[in-house]
Amino acid sequence: MSAITQGSSVSEATAPRSSAILISIKQNRGFYGAIVLLVLLYLVYNLLHPRGFTANVLIANANESAVLCFVAIAQALAVVTGGLDLSVGAVMTLTNTIASWLVRGEPWQIILGCLVTLASGTAFGFVNGLIIVYGRLQPIIATLASGAVAMGLALLLRPTPGGDVDGDLGWAATNSLRDLFETYGLFDDGEAPWLQPIAWFPVPLLIIIVVVGMVWIPLRRTVTGRTLYAIGSSEGAAYMSGLPIDRARLLAFTLAGFFAGCGGLYLAIQTGVGNADISQAGVYTLNSIAAVVLGGISLLGGIGSAVGAIFGAMILRVISFYFRVLSIDPLMQTLVEGVVLLAAVSLGTLRILRVKNRLELFR
Amino acid sequence: MANTVSLPKVRPDDVPVVISAGFVVVILVLGTIYTLATIGTAPLLTPNYLLTQLQTGSFLGIVAAGMMVVILLGHIDLSVPWTMTAAAMMATYVGGDLAIPTGLAVGLAVGLFNGFGVAYMRIPSMIFTLGVDAVMRGLMVMLTGGFSPRTESTPLMKWLAADKILGIPVAVFVWAGVALVVATILGRTAFGKMVYATGNSESATYLSGVRTRRVVVGAFVISGLCAAVAGMLLAGYSNKAFQGMGTPYLLPAIAAVVLGGTHILGGRGRFIGTLVGVILIVLLNSVVSIMQMPDAARQVIYGLVIIVMLLVYGRTARVTS
Amino acid sequence: MALEQQTPPFVELRGVSKFYSGVRALEGVDLSCRQGSIHAILGENGAGKSTLIKIMSGVVRPDTGTVSVAGVQHQFNKPADAVRTGIVSVYQELSLIPDLTVAENISISDPPRRFGLIDSRAQTRRAEALLARIHCEDVDPRAVVRDLSLSRRQMVEIAKAIGKAPELLILDEATSALTSRDVETIYRVLDQLRQDGVGMLFISHRMHEVEALCDTLSVFRNGRHIETFAKGAHGQDEIVKLMIGRDIVHQFPPPPVPQERKPHLVVEGLRWEDRLHGVSLTVGKGEIVGLGGLDGQGQKEFLLALFGVLRGVSGTVSIEGRAASPSSPADAKGGANRIALVPEDRKTEGLMLPMSVADNLLSAAYDKVLRGPFIDPEKSRRAVADAIAKLQIKVARPDDAVATLSGGNQQKVVIAKWLMTDPGLVLLNDPTRGIDVGTKQEIYQLMRNLADQGTAILFYSTDYAELIGLCDRVLVMYDGRIVTELAGDEATEERLVAAALNIRSTDTPREGARQ
Repeated sequence: MSAITQGSSVSEATAPRSSAILISIKQNRGFYGAIVLLVLLYLVYNLLHPRGFTANVLIANANESAVLCFVAIAQALAVVTGGLDLSVGAVMTLTNTIASWLVRGEPWQIILGCLVTLASGTAFGFVNGLIIVYGRLQPIIATLASGAVAMGLALLLRPTPGGDVDGDLGWAATNSLRDLFETYGLFDDGEAPWLQPIAWFPVPLLIIIVVVGMVWIPLRRTVTGRTLYAIGSSEGAAYMSGLPIDRARLLAFTLAGFFAGCGGLYLAIQTGVGNADISQAGVYTLNSIAAVVLGGISLLGGIGSAVGAIFGAMILRVISFYFRVLSIDPLMQTLVEGVVLLAAVSLGTLRILRVKNRLELFR
Repeated sequence: MANTVSLPKVRPDDVPVVISAGFVVVILVLGTIYTLATIGTAPLLTPNYLLTQLQTGSFLGIVAAGMMVVILLGHIDLSVPWTMTAAAMMATYVGGDLAIPTGLAVGLAVGLFNGFGVAYMRIPSMIFTLGVDAVMRGLMVMLTGGFSPRTESTPLMKWLAADKILGIPVAVFVWAGVALVVATILGRTAFGKMVYATGNSESATYLSGVRTRRVVVGAFVISGLCAAVAGMLLAGYSNKAFQGMGTPYLLPAIAAVVLGGTHILGGRGRFIGTLVGVILIVLLNSVVSIMQMPDAARQVIYGLVIIVMLLVYGRTARVTS
Repeated sequence: MALEQQTPPFVELRGVSKFYSGVRALEGVDLSCRQGSIHAILGENGAGKSTLIKIMSGVVRPDTGTVSVAGVQHQFNKPADAVRTGIVSVYQELSLIPDLTVAENISISDPPRRFGLIDSRAQTRRAEALLARIHCEDVDPRAVVRDLSLSRRQMVEIAKAIGKAPELLILDEATSALTSRDVETIYRVLDQLRQDGVGMLFISHRMHEVEALCDTLSVFRNGRHIETFAKGAHGQDEIVKLMIGRDIVHQFPPPPVPQERKPHLVVEGLRWEDRLHGVSLTVGKGEIVGLGGLDGQGQKEFLLALFGVLRGVSGTVSIEGRAASPSSPADAKGGANRIALVPEDRKTEGLMLPMSVADNLLSAAYDKVLRGPFIDPEKSRRAVADAIAKLQIKVARPDDAVATLSGGNQQKVVIAKWLMTDPGLVLLNDPTRGIDVGTKQEIYQLMRNLADQGTAILFYSTDYAELIGLCDRVLVMYDGRIVTELAGDEATEERLVAAALNIRSTDTPREGARQ
């Protein structure tokens, strides 16, 4: 078969191969833009902060960002397929209230409670997926409705804020690695010499890295994961290519439920209580969409990654940190967030200036 | 598919309306059975009770009327909650004769801005109106310091929202007026026909020589104005504007429109359906509260009813190529 | 038919028919394809070639008839079913996911795996190997498909197909988007595949490509398989005759006596992007001017440019002596321009399918039925009834959804909707495609009547017979230019087909290097 390669006219058009990193930057401008923006914002924040560049500040910030990071990943899964999950905030709240009942007591009870919490988020996402895939409803409207159900269930579980999540876990999960090991008496109470270089590392960041590393990264390297992008990019082409569209979409919403569940569980561990706060759920859903857009994920689907969503969520959070460090009126916060969101989505519209055939605007 | 079986009288667009109307009757019957069994009376069927329900329903009905126009285009207006709140707050803040014109101006401005973002910048309405909602909320929080403004609604606002003429709440007349205007626009003007056409196929409408971007802006303006009217009525009803007053209306408004048979992707739906949808939701609400179910159960029932009814008639076609 | 004895056919179709809402796309087709052969499918636009390959590749199911592969009868429910039997199609960039990389696209549904996960390095190597096989080393496997030119995308599509180890490779106009250098390469690749025993089905409008590459030819016409023969059995002229056939005789209204006409539309040097390279023409009042040529030579863009849809058009356009450069269809329709466009795809561009016939008819002309700000129900009822009567649209009630009408009646609705605006210039983009003969004749008569009332008509058609029968003059476009003008009796089918296929200039370098 290789005979045909012989005598080929090596074309002069063969471009010198650019390095993988350069190609990646060119193809994911939004993603790398988010990283640069986050790093810049965070550097300046630390410079302004009286105790900047210390582990304590990092830990506090990581704690404040973790829940939104999870909810943003959940949203990212739906958005990559070209859909939108308006139930992420509500599912996060529901799992938060579930965790507030279950995550306490003996160690085995705590572990079981965590697992049940995550399983219920996943199950809720799975039902969302079933309704969307087999009921053939628009994701927007289906999740708008199912979000109400989730919110109602959360209110049934916690009509008023309350609960008693295991305090040790709460301490361990929201501080440094050293504190984590000290709490559970591991590695010489976290004083083992080999541990010291990384003992300052915030546990919430580690949790996010581990969960993303165990779920998202492998997913990205399966045909189903690839199909998520294909659906968002061109569902017709995905069909022509024989990709498992239904399975992928079902998985996307199931995993969205799982990640929202992670967010709810972490919130319960962090705050120690469950709180079925409707407006908080709404704010999380809104912010998850904003985070996804800021993280370089296209609302039309097909472009972006969960990692981008994390950076987007962190950008949003860092912006809010500025209110404290600059002692800006916190009342301005919502306004600034809204303006940032509008500005971010407006950048994407530069493309319409290049459209030469106006019919293409309608696609 | 398109060639649905043509029943002699019921057109495809009417099916959801008929189902919803049937559901209204079912709710009334079930609710009455419940009250007869527990307290031995049938308050649900007394005119007074029904009129009170309509009065509170009128706020939702007005919001839903505007929302429907936007949904017919295949867009959505998520800025309604804080458009309502902002219009109410500005109206009470300005006060006097200028109160209502100020509120309407807020609605107009938000509608124009939404329309500009969606039609000219071609940003998905979902995200743009969500952002506008956040900006409005931010502005109002800044303006009021996060508290409810102390200023009261003007007497005219109170009269419109809470008074009665011939035993019928004035708010119901306002709702009827708004409904008549929107129904007339949709059914009897070229603009209304263009809304349906654009919702069906923006490219075909554009190629018919219609300035579709202006149609989109117009629809968002209608939605903004309706939200403003509803917000001012609500402020009149409760004597003042308050933070988050519009938030409970967003989901029910979308639900009412969709339950009334308007297609969430646009192009199809009858105004009468939205009216039935509003009545359905208002009654559902009141029966649930008569049964003294907590807010939680109400949320669950909302969600389930919407999902189940949509599974019956809201399914979309499969993408195969 | 000595051909049939060589090897048993790999794919065999028996009695295959397919109808789209009552209109014949294919009827009673028997066809065999062998391995180790390049088999050309020839036919005019609308002869049923694309339906044929859609059936063979599992995209649509035939209404009747059977498809057998290697002697076993199969029913394909989806494209993947066909791929499993060894039938692989090269689509016209239809199956590439724009936001994924070249390497991901080439191994889209069955990537190389390591420990159960996609091995992206092996995937890149595989893409490199396959691209090298089609001498396309300049495409970086890590590039995103969206960033590639049309020609490169098509090459990726071919690499993807070859990667599926096809037994039968279907190439539907696979070369039309390629640069001449790529075409040469593909010739060699296909020839090698033939020697390796792969069968190929080759659909092309370019006669010289077919002559250069194929060993077997099949001619289709009006959804029927006319004849299959070995290369050389018929000359070019004979093949063209087979494609045109002699059985289609349309009744065209008698053409008017040639006369001096006052110009209505004058276009000079119209250019747009890389699709229009200076189009100049004149259409007189009461004249029907035909636009011919192969699909995709800029005819559609030209009509859209006149109608104000395209941005960045240069050149001059004047209507009745006044400069006219509409910036939107609304501009084109209104004021002194009075242009109407019957668009290419009536289902997505011409009609709002779920809406009623009445609403569709009025959609361009609501200003004609207003009383004050409101639509006058009586006026609109009368206008709709007039239009339905005038064009003899067969519809039970004007309130019926336009989707329930037959294709021909739908097209009449599109035309009627524009006639309501009282246009001075009517642009038609292939208005009779997929329409039954009876309705076609009505549309011809209608166009002639309009012209007799002084309307200028510019008419793009892929059907040579109607260009000849109906038009006062025919202009043939090739590569964004008008290359031939045939007036009155100069226009014959042979000349039109030859001009469109560019047969006379087979030796000149290809200009199809559109990217």
